[in-house]
Amino acid sequence: MDFNWLFFWILAAITVTSAVAAVLTTHIVRMAFYLVVCLGAVAGLFFLAGAYFVGAMQLMIYVGGTVVLIGFGVMLTARTPFVRMQTTPDQWLLAMVTAATLGAMLLQATLRYPKPIEPPGIGEPAVSPGRLGTAFLGLRLEAASSGTSSQTGGDGEDAESLGVAYLLPFELVSVHLLAVLIGAAYLARPRRRPDQETGREGEHAGAERSGPGEEPRPAAVAIASGGDS
Amino acid sequence: MELPLAHASQIPLIAYLLVGSVLFVTGITCMIAKRNLIGILIGIELILNAGTVNLVAMSSPFVAGSGLPALDGQVFALFVILLAAAEAAAALAIALTYYGGYATIDVDHGDRLNG
Repeated sequence: MDFNWLFFWILAAITVTSAVAAVLTTHIVRMAFYLVVCLGAVAGLFFLAGAYFVGAMQLMIYVGGTVVLIGFGVMLTARTPFVRMQTTPDQWLLAMVTAATLGAMLLQATLRYPKPIEPPGIGEPAVSPGRLGTAFLGLRLEAASSGTSSQTGGDGEDAESLGVAYLLPFELVSVHLLAVLIGAAYLARPRRRPDQETGREGEHAGAERSGPGEEPRPAAVAIASGGDS
Repeated sequence: MELPLAHASQIPLIAYLLVGSVLFVTGITCMIAKRNLIGILIGIELILNAGTVNLVAMSSPFVAGSGLPALDGQVFALFVILLAAAEAAAALAIALTYYGGYATIDVDHGDRLNG
């Protein structure tokens, strides 16, 4: 057994085990921790597959950013230090039936994947961050140099004739990120409720909502005691 | 430049696809079975990672049976990671708004519109 397989089995075992553990646990902080382990192992799989830049971005954005967001979400929405929400057996049944059906379908589709054709450029060097950056800027170096177009271009006009460049999606994603951040800041802003200023606006405002910040606990207790099964 | 590992025993593509399948199924299960809104968000992250694993494996020069070792799959994986970060930010804002409105994070209590 060479190291390729050894590392793959280690990382795949960590990934699958932590993903299953994240499903099975009921403790939300443990779920977040298992998610960190799972995403880190997936980043290891990316490194093993030669996608170094994607693996680094996975570690930086996912493990460094998204999980921190989830941690803040856990901390800002936890009423008690140990939030446990038990899933009812009928919900587990529904989830297991759906998971088994979907898993059978995916397993069949995976095992039916067509036999591999040998890729022509197997000895090509792995994609480096520099080549990835040039692809984002609109230049496809590997397409220009691997013989599909005999002219060794590399200017923007040649890359445009190949028809694949990632400048426009890159810009779209950046604008999308900006819009999402503004929207998230708008959604999560501390707001003054209308029933604080002009009395009770809706009839549900006093019944189901918590008060405007000074006494949120009785409403929460009422909801929690009324809705538990 | 010859890769030292490229001519060793390569990992077949189906191994990566199986890992992606398990991640997808666990993510779907997490989304259905969890009552915590943050737990549902974690399930969505698992699903997005399943797709990312498949995208990277399909375009990897180290995986036997993948397609051309171009960088399209890696670029798509980067887009998926970026959009997942944006989705997590928006979902966290929605979770905070939900918590402000219902004083709990249990999604089973968010049935005010349910007739």
